[in-house]
Amino acid sequence: MADKSWQTQAQSEPGSAVLDMDLEEMEMMDDHGSSTAGGGKGQGGLADDMRQRMGENVTQMFWQAGTQSAKRAWSVYGNIDVLRPYFDVEPREVQMRLLFSLVPLKPNDQRLQVPKELYGPTMVVLTLIALLLYQMKTADHRVEEGTLIGSAFGVCFMYWLGASCTVWFAAYVCNIRFAALQVLSMMGYGLSSHCIVILLGTVLHTSHDHMFFYLLWAGVGGLATLRMATIVMSRTRGQKERMIVIGTIAALHLLFLLYLHFAYHTIVEEISDALNEKLVPVAMTYNQQTDSAAALGQLPGNDAPLVHDAPIVGGVRDALIPNVALKDAAAAESPLSFGKSALNDTALKVAVKPQNSIILGKLKNSGVIHALNE
Amino acid sequence: MADVGTVDFHDEVVDVPLEGDIDVPGAAKSDDELSTLDEPVRITILRDLRAVGNKFWHVLIPKKSSVLLKEWDLWGPLVLCTFLAIMLQGSAEEVDEMKNNDGGPQFAEVFVIYWMGAAVVTLNIKLLGGNISFFQSICVLGYCVSPLAIALVICRILLAVSVDSVAVFIVRFLFVILGFGWSTFASTAFLSESQPVGRKLLAMYPLFMFYFVISWLIISHTHS
Repeated sequence: MADKSWQTQAQSEPGSAVLDMDLEEMEMMDDHGSSTAGGGKGQGGLADDMRQRMGENVTQMFWQAGTQSAKRAWSVYGNIDVLRPYFDVEPREVQMRLLFSLVPLKPNDQRLQVPKELYGPTMVVLTLIALLLYQMKTADHRVEEGTLIGSAFGVCFMYWLGASCTVWFAAYVCNIRFAALQVLSMMGYGLSSHCIVILLGTVLHTSHDHMFFYLLWAGVGGLATLRMATIVMSRTRGQKERMIVIGTIAALHLLFLLYLHFAYHTIVEEISDALNEKLVPVAMTYNQQTDSAAALGQLPGNDAPLVHDAPIVGGVRDALIPNVALKDAAAAESPLSFGKSALNDTALKVAVKPQNSIILGKLKNSGVIHALNE
Repeated sequence: MADVGTVDFHDEVVDVPLEGDIDVPGAAKSDDELSTLDEPVRITILRDLRAVGNKFWHVLIPKKSSVLLKEWDLWGPLVLCTFLAIMLQGSAEEVDEMKNNDGGPQFAEVFVIYWMGAAVVTLNIKLLGGNISFFQSICVLGYCVSPLAIALVICRILLAVSVDSVAVFIVRFLFVILGFGWSTFASTAFLSESQPVGRKLLAMYPLFMFYFVISWLIISHTHS
C-alpha cells in the first residue's frame, strides 16, 4: 500500500483528464500528499475527507428520499390506474346492462348483482350532455356567464355524483350494504332513461301540450326507477328502509328528468299562445325580479288583469328558467314597449330577454310590439 | 507510512451512483439534442411548419403510419380549434340585436367542446388499456378534425353563394357527413393499434360522439 512509485506517478501527471471515481485511491493520494507534507497534517486531512464524504452521503440521502416521496405522491393522486379495473368490460356486457337498466326484475331472495363498472355510466352521462346541448340549441337557450356546454357538463356530472352520494348515504343510514361504486354504476345506468326521453322529447316535440313528454316521463322514467327499486328491495327486507331509499331514488331520478325538460325547453309556444288570445294587460311597469315570484301565477291567459308592478310574459317565463336570469342592467338597457292600438297611451314595458331572438322575431312579426331602440 | 499500510480500505464501500454528463471541456456538444440557438429563426419555423404540414397530409390521405404518434405536436390542433371557433361565430345581425353579446360565448363554447372532448376521449382510451400517451392521443384527435374543417369551409362558401334552401341544406349535409366519416376513419386508423382486441368498439364510441357533436355544430350553423 505504501507504494511510492504509484504516488510519484500520480504527481508526475498533473494535467491528466482521467476522471477517477475511486475514492479510495483519491484518499490514498490525499493521504500520501498530506503525509509528505508532514505527519500532523495527515489527521486533519482525514477529518476533512470524512466530513466531505458524509456531506455528500447526506445530500444523496435527501435527494433519494425526496424523489421517492414525490413519486409516491404522484402515484397516489395522479394515477389513473386506480380507475382502470372499473373500465374492464366487454361491449356485449355494456349492451346487456344498458338494456336491462329499463327492465325491472322481480326481486327474490338472492341479491341482484350490481357490477362495479364506470365505463357504461360515464358514456351514458356524456351522451346525456350531448343531448342536452342539442336541446338547448334547439330551444335557443342563452347563458349569461359561461357556455352552454359548460353548464351541461356541470349539471350532468353534478347530478350523477351528487345523487349517488345522497343515495349511498341514505343506504348507509338504513343499514343496507351498498358499495359507493355500485350506487354510482346503478344511478349512471338509470340515466339512460333520461337520454331516451330527452331525445324523443326534443325530436318529436309537440307544439302546445306536454302530454307526450309526461307519458314518456312516467313510462320510461318509471321503468328505470322500478329497476333501481328492485335492486334495493333485493338487498333489504325492512319496509321502512326500503321506503326511505326507494323514495330518495325515485324523487331524485324523476325530478331531475322534469328539470332537464322544463329548464331548457323552448318557450316559444307559450308566447305565441299568449299573443293569440290577445289578452294584453293594462299598464304596468317592469320591476325587480323579486316580484316575479309573486306574479308566477298570473299569466296573460287569465281574464283577470295583471297586478301592477309585476313583470309578465317574458319576465315570468324567464323566472321559470334558471340561468336565464334577467339582469337589471340588461333589462334596463333594452326594454321593449308592448302596445296595442286600443292602448296607445299606456305603454307596457315588458322585459323580455333581449338575446332571445326567436321570441323577438315573433313578437315583431305579429306587429304587436315595437322596440324602443328602433 | 507504517500506519497507512495497516489501514484496510477495501471494507469501505461507498455507493456513488454513476450519473451525470461526461464533459470533456473544449469539445462540441453531442448530437443528441438539436441546438436551435445557433440557427436562424426562419429555419426553425420552417421545420416546424413542415412537420405540421406533413401530419396534415397524413390525416387527409389516411394510411397506416406512425408519424402522428411518434412526433406529436399540438400546433395543428390549436390552429384547427381556433379556426373552427372563429368560423362558428354568430352572425352580425344577431350581435346587433343582442347588444351585449360579443360572440364570446360561442368562441369559448367551441374551445371547451374541442379540448374537453379530446381530453375525455383520451382518458377513456387510456383507461380501457390503450398504450398511448396523453398528448399523442390529443394530437391525433386534433389533427383528424381537419376534414370537418374543410367541410365547414365548403358549407360557408355554399351559404355565401346561394340562398339557404332545402337543396343547399342537403348538399351541406352530405359534405358534413363525408367530413365526419373521413375524420372518424382517419382517427380510427391511427388509434386502433393501441387498443386491445375486442375493446375497439368501446374506445370508438366516445370518438364517434366527439366528431358527431362537432359535425352537428357545423351543420347547424347557418348564419353567414
